[in-house]
Amino acid sequence: MIYALLVIASIIFAILAFRTQRLIASALWLAGVSALVSIMCYLLGAYAVAVIELSVGAGLVTVLFVFAISIAGEEGKVTRSVIPIALAGGVVIVALALLGWLTLPITAVYPPVSEVALPDMIWNQRSLDVFVQIVLVFAGVLGLLGLLAEAKAPLKHSVADEYAQKRDRELEALHEQSLEKETI
Amino acid sequence: MNFTPENIIFIGVLGLLGAGLYGLLVSRNLIKVVVALQILVKAAILGLVLAGNISQQINLSQSLAITVIVADTVVAVIGISLAVQIRRHLGSLDVIDVATLRG
Repeated sequence: MIYALLVIASIIFAILAFRTQRLIASALWLAGVSALVSIMCYLLGAYAVAVIELSVGAGLVTVLFVFAISIAGEEGKVTRSVIPIALAGGVVIVALALLGWLTLPITAVYPPVSEVALPDMIWNQRSLDVFVQIVLVFAGVLGLLGLLAEAKAPLKHSVADEYAQKRDRELEALHEQSLEKETI
Repeated sequence: MNFTPENIIFIGVLGLLGAGLYGLLVSRNLIKVVVALQILVKAAILGLVLAGNISQQINLSQSLAITVIVADTVVAVIGISLAVQIRRHLGSLDVIDVATLRG
């Protein structure tokens, strides 16, 4: 029963995370999804993942989102999606139906295996993963520098508009030149 | 179908995957695209932990899930900083405005 409640709540939170108009609300719904996923991980016996998911997924990432939204500001305009909504929904339903058809119900029973402890698994058996994580953390620090980097004053128009205006001016000048040549 | 906890959580994984994929296809705001990506990765983490629970190898799945969480956080940081820089330079978070090539 509790599993069903957690699953339904997490799916509703996930849908609300991108359906809501305000970006800050979107970040908070995402934090809710993360918290519910960490509870499910705890119930499945993955205690370390539950703690890390709650502290990193619901804590750090949410703070980053709120910080970024406070810098970038809310986007006021409501935009329609590029892909038709019916097509997007159809693609998702077909993909999920195929995945569910191939995997559900889960009936496989595995014999219990003697497993090594988690620290031994992380530091000895999967030590390459730790090196990859260190490299990723450095990449994340560089990304954070990009977030904090000061930019020049915000442009009044987008770069694309400026280039379009410049191109239009050049075309007009060319047109005027050709008209002058014709009159001569 | 028996509604065992494993089956219920797998349905949750499918639901989160669907929600993330739909959000990724439909969203035009760059920050919402990152949010949809985060939902997809959360489904992947839950799927990994569920697989470890079923195959009685929870420590192996935890080790893999921790790697995925680190990668996911770095992707979020880089995605957000790209979105902020695009907002500073183009004045918009719309993915359509990012395409500045006009022919």
